[in-house]
Amino acid sequence: MTTLAFDPSADPNLVRRRKIQNVAAASLGRRKVYSRIAIGICWVSLALAIVPLVAVIAYVVAKGLPAWNIDFFTQSTTPEGIPGGGVWNAIVGTVEIGVIATAVTVPIGLLCGLFLAESDGRIAESVRFTADVMTGMPSITIGIFGYIAIVRNTGGYSALAGAFAIGFIMLPVIMRAGETAIRGVPHQLSEAALALGARRATIARRVVVPAAMPGIITGVLLAVARGLGETAPLLLTIFGNQYLKWNPTKPIEALPLAIYNNSSQPYADLIQIAWGAALLLMVVVLVLSIGSRVLATVLQRERR
Amino acid sequence: MIDPIPAVPHLEEGAGPGTAEELPDPEPAGDPVMSLQGVTVAFAGRKAVRDVSFDVHVGEITALIGPSGSGKTTLLRALNRMHDTVRTASVTGTVLLDGTDIYAPTTDPTLLRSRVGMVFQRPNPFPTMSIYENAVAGLRFNGVRKKALLDEAAESALVAAVLWDSVRDRLNAHASTLSGGEQQRLCIARALAVEPEVLLMDEPTSALDPIATKRIEELVGELKHRVTIIIVTHNMQQAMRVSDRCAFLLMGEDKAGELIEFGSTAKLFSEPSDPRTLDYVNGRFG
Ligand SMILES: Nc1ncnc2c1ncn2[C@@H]1O[C@H](COP(=O)(O)OP(=O)(O)OP(=O)(O)O)[C@@H](O)[C@H]1O
Ligand SMILES: [Mg+2]
Repeated sequence: MTTLAFDPSADPNLVRRRKIQNVAAASLGRRKVYSRIAIGICWVSLALAIVPLVAVIAYVVAKGLPAWNIDFFTQSTTPEGIPGGGVWNAIVGTVEIGVIATAVTVPIGLLCGLFLAESDGRIAESVRFTADVMTGMPSITIGIFGYIAIVRNTGGYSALAGAFAIGFIMLPVIMRAGETAIRGVPHQLSEAALALGARRATIARRVVVPAAMPGIITGVLLAVARGLGETAPLLLTIFGNQYLKWNPTKPIEALPLAIYNNSSQPYADLIQIAWGAALLLMVVVLVLSIGSRVLATVLQRERR
Repeated sequence: MIDPIPAVPHLEEGAGPGTAEELPDPEPAGDPVMSLQGVTVAFAGRKAVRDVSFDVHVGEITALIGPSGSGKTTLLRALNRMHDTVRTASVTGTVLLDGTDIYAPTTDPTLLRSRVGMVFQRPNPFPTMSIYENAVAGLRFNGVRKKALLDEAAESALVAAVLWDSVRDRLNAHASTLSGGEQQRLCIARALAVEPEVLLMDEPTSALDPIATKRIEELVGELKHRVTIIIVTHNMQQAMRVSDRCAFLLMGEDKAGELIEFGSTAKLFSEPSDPRTLDYVNGRFG
């Protein structure tokens, strides 16, 4: 046997490199197939999740669009049997309830969210737990609560009672969304402010909350969308009203209620109105959800 | 071993003329392992690095230096197609690895990355994996299943990264139980285990303390016989200590990084041919 002065085939690292590169190249086909299969499964799951969504949207659009005309948006509901009529009274009611509920719950919810994000004590823990339980609570329960707490004690159904119930639905969502958004702000930012001599409240107001704004706005809009779509709490709190009412202390109509009541009537024109109202509600919720996304992206981009 | 580099005379005053002939700047024999030819990288149409060309030779350590934002990281990531995953990024020009274009349609990016490894600025061991699993992660990703080969590669890489003695008894411990410097050495071992031909290192010591930094520097010097290294560093002393050859990048008028000078480290630090290089290595800007 002769010994070469330098034999690259004897260098164990080079030998291993060759082995590894051979395995890598040989297994590439198999790895590509696995990768394709995995991605294929993702696509199938995605399709399964999206098909029902698209089907619902398409069906509601097809059924509801014929109901949309000037009267639909400008007239109040007519009694059964009388043709024409619209959901103007329900639109007014939904907007009124939405505005009141939002105006009350957003400040409370966000301050709670700030508290949850800034504090890790036992109080925060139990508030967080309560919020999670409230989020999962069946909405009819909140309707019953609204009925007993407000309707019975104030002597009647009213828009305010409805706003109260809807606010209860929105509050925990806003709290948790606010907390998540605020927690998402890098800790280094508040430390930077801390090191400049800022107080906690100042840091929250000037540094943390502004930085969390895109997330907060998204959360609030999603909570509003969620609240506006609820039916059960309204059934027991606003009662419904065929006539246009602006007074928030009186029974009032709302879009979910208009869908619920009209769709169970044996009259074709009322069912038509229910489809139209369903489409309108869906559009409002979609606009709020998509709008929140777009807004968040735009705000996020402005930062850079 | 680190090749002895002549001491740099009078950094503050700049090197006087007349010593150029004594400084080694030999063009190494043989084909380069990597060759950059007019490499340009743009993000969303805005150029971050423009028209960079130089050769990287086997067994040498090439340092990329330049001020912040001059495109060192961007250029480095173009060398193993890390920009493929950045939607806005586009790379033009040619990068040859052993004479083959890495951006050719026939080149598989995953196979390429098993040949051109990378170590990042911050230690990033996989937090859910043990030390051993981290060390062999790249091999597993590449389809290696034979236990003997995995064990052999893990030991060899951990030995090379000067980590073996301190972790051999706790290979199944989580990687997060290691110190920052040890984590970075684990990341180097993880990259080495795949036996890449080229190792890209992006400021591998910038998150480490001076002692850990010194150890990584020594390590880099010892590794160069096993793998060709391209290292980004902010630290002039580090570039001087570890590298054989140096590429100096600087932002041009439109903020795109350009290659100002490329040459042997000794020459670049004491006898640069461009006055901007002299200013930079003497710490007058950047
Ligand atoms: N993903 C990206 N999208 C858009 N622009 C980017 C991206 N990555 C880097 N850039 C831009 O490219 C330019 C060069 O950045 P790069 O990170 O390569 O610089 P660098 O020399 O590594 O700086 P440093 O020394 O600070 O690490 C910068 O202007 C940066 O803003
Ligand atoms: Mg960088």
